[in-house]
Amino acid sequence: MAVKGDRMPGRVAYINARLLDPATGLDKIGGVLTEGEMIKAVSPKVTADLALEGVTVIDCEGLCLAPGLVDMRVYLGEPGEDYKETIASAGRAATKGGITSMVCLPNTDPVIDDMSVVEFVARRARLQGLTKVFPYGAVTKGLKGKEIAELGMLAESGAVAFTDGFHPVANAQVMRRAMMYARTFDLLICQHPEEPSLAVGGVMNAGETATRLGLVGIPRQAEIMMIERDIRLVELTGARLHIAHLSISESVEAIRQAKARGLPITCDTSPPYFALNEVAIGDYRTFAKLSPPLREETDRRAIVDGIIDGTIDCIASDHTPQDEESKRLPFAAAAMGGVGLETLLAVVLELHHNGHMSVLDALKFVTSAPADLLKLRAGKLVQGHPADLVMFDLQRGWKVSADKLLSKSKNTPFDGRLMQGAVTRTVIDGRTVFVAD
Amino acid sequence: MNECNAPFGFPHKHLLGIEGLNPIEITALLDRAESYVEQNRQADKKKAVLSGRTIINLFFEDSTRTRTSFELAGKRLGGDVINMSVATSSVKKGETLIDTAMTLNAMHPDVLVVRHPESGSVKLLSEKVNCAVINGGDGSHEHPTQALLDALTIRRRMGEIQGLRVAICGDILHSRVARSNIHLLTTMGARVRLIAPRTLIPTGIEHMGVEVFYDMREGLQDCDIVMMLRLQKERMDGNYLPSVREYFHFFGLDYAKLEGAKPNALIMHPGPMNRGVEIDSEVADDFGRSAIHEQVEMGVAVRMAALEILTANLEHNAQRNL
Repeated sequence: MAVKGDRMPGRVAYINARLLDPATGLDKIGGVLTEGEMIKAVSPKVTADLALEGVTVIDCEGLCLAPGLVDMRVYLGEPGEDYKETIASAGRAATKGGITSMVCLPNTDPVIDDMSVVEFVARRARLQGLTKVFPYGAVTKGLKGKEIAELGMLAESGAVAFTDGFHPVANAQVMRRAMMYARTFDLLICQHPEEPSLAVGGVMNAGETATRLGLVGIPRQAEIMMIERDIRLVELTGARLHIAHLSISESVEAIRQAKARGLPITCDTSPPYFALNEVAIGDYRTFAKLSPPLREETDRRAIVDGIIDGTIDCIASDHTPQDEESKRLPFAAAAMGGVGLETLLAVVLELHHNGHMSVLDALKFVTSAPADLLKLRAGKLVQGHPADLVMFDLQRGWKVSADKLLSKSKNTPFDGRLMQGAVTRTVIDGRTVFVAD
Repeated sequence: MNECNAPFGFPHKHLLGIEGLNPIEITALLDRAESYVEQNRQADKKKAVLSGRTIINLFFEDSTRTRTSFELAGKRLGGDVINMSVATSSVKKGETLIDTAMTLNAMHPDVLVVRHPESGSVKLLSEKVNCAVINGGDGSHEHPTQALLDALTIRRRMGEIQGLRVAICGDILHSRVARSNIHLLTTMGARVRLIAPRTLIPTGIEHMGVEVFYDMREGLQDCDIVMMLRLQKERMDGNYLPSVREYFHFFGLDYAKLEGAKPNALIMHPGPMNRGVEIDSEVADDFGRSAIHEQVEMGVAVRMAALEILTANLEHNAQRNL
């Protein structure tokens, strides 16, 4: 949708690109023709010749052109914590990261447990005209874990799935009824897997490192217990369930087995859990304080294996902006979470650069897979789909520097990391919204 | 009791539930009730069938219409009717139930009509007394006279029950009315559908010979009868359902959702109705389609038949034992 004086995009040809579309398995040289907000053609025949027909031609010079990324777990900060992030600042960071659709958590103030808040977020995002925002609705009223929210009406007003965000739905009976109720309308519930009574007071992974640092640990069992419980609730209710940000090997194995049994369960992980381990905390680095906490190297490898064999369905940035006041504190007192919009693509591409999979396979986790799961019209390089594109240089190196992030909060756990693969242009609904310097 | 010899063809001492009754027995009750419908419309409604008989309405749960209906039924047949309301909250439940039963039994009543909030309690009580017992509703288990009065209403409007497509909508999980109706309607050859959000559908109900739907429009498609159930306020606080407005939006009966049902589909409700919760006022008051007041009328006739038949069986038994 065009906004605020932006002129309507006409016809644009992105030529001479390495076309990458995980949904169709396309990986070859060609071009994409967009007309207005839509993709008109994806073909080797889209060439410079189109300039004669009055089409604006953009030469990709052999760079990769893929569907814009779909990030299924983002905390926006607005409404309620605008000092950490706003829909506008997150939109700028996301477009720089090649993300054209993001799904935002309901942990706002007010909580997204009412149709009016769904509409507020959607309207604010539309006005920005940057990355498209699709809200999660809350599973329980006020995220309190007690009473089921109006899932049916929230879905009608635009909530794409349901979660209590940073909080798990801890009470099994409430979770059971929420899943039953959600299944009435075939809605998806997304769970933060952590047994809160075990995790209470914990600030990092329980184990030797926590002991040496003198910090209270969160046992890995807190995660697997909740996942195993929820697998039983899937058996009981038949409802679709998605487990967010897996961080330990046991979780991957439990979901692998549940899937083998045919249960309607899916899961995702986030870059920190397959690219970092608890060593990143080093000397009390609060930017590496995440929820779930960074785990051991064996866990990191198990997460990579889960991505490779498809047990893990999607990768989300888990973008959680925290301002300086929340992070520049003693480790135990600091807030949890890290920003991730601007590093998502590069960390996902590490899966390719490290020899685990093709570029196409790596991109699937951040494009067609989350789009299909959430039934979004996004993440595909297909005629008739919205012209949401990311152009990137697969090889270009860069260094993450917290200070240079566009996100209002700078708390990246990847600060100082050398990356390979950089976004050069982002297109949303046919409009170029970001071009690299 | 010998089946062939049972007066009115109903060979049971008690009426505890619909489950287990066969079509002939159900028809016998309905036929007898039918004969009272006209009489109840006359100026002189009184008969002496139950002359000298004592009927006690023993209600452990609040009720206005069912209790009144039984009271009228007993009085119109010339019986002596006493109402007893027992608050369950103030006393120990199990103990009170049996004690009360034994106490009342010592006063030689002929029929006890019992309503109790616990499933199975009326059956338990019936094992401790000598008189006939009618279940006036036990927990979420059965409410047989409600199902019978619904059946009588349907039969009078539609001719016969066999082959009809009946949708029962709403809080199936907690409803004794739904369970009794499922037993009766499936026994009589109707095709029964249940429509509710999944949180209000009890596990395994599909094994009771019904089809389950989770969408009103889909479930009401081509239905002859739409039975709405009452939704208790306490179900709407987020435990089973998020809110009244969401429930009404998706599951409240209004003309839009009724569109797919047969044009002359009958609307029923056991009462008391929550207008704007499970049913739209316009639909509830639709004179041509709503049978809600007729259901109340049939209630008295059905209860007269039940009282008459069970006391006749008592007499029959007593003579056989002489």
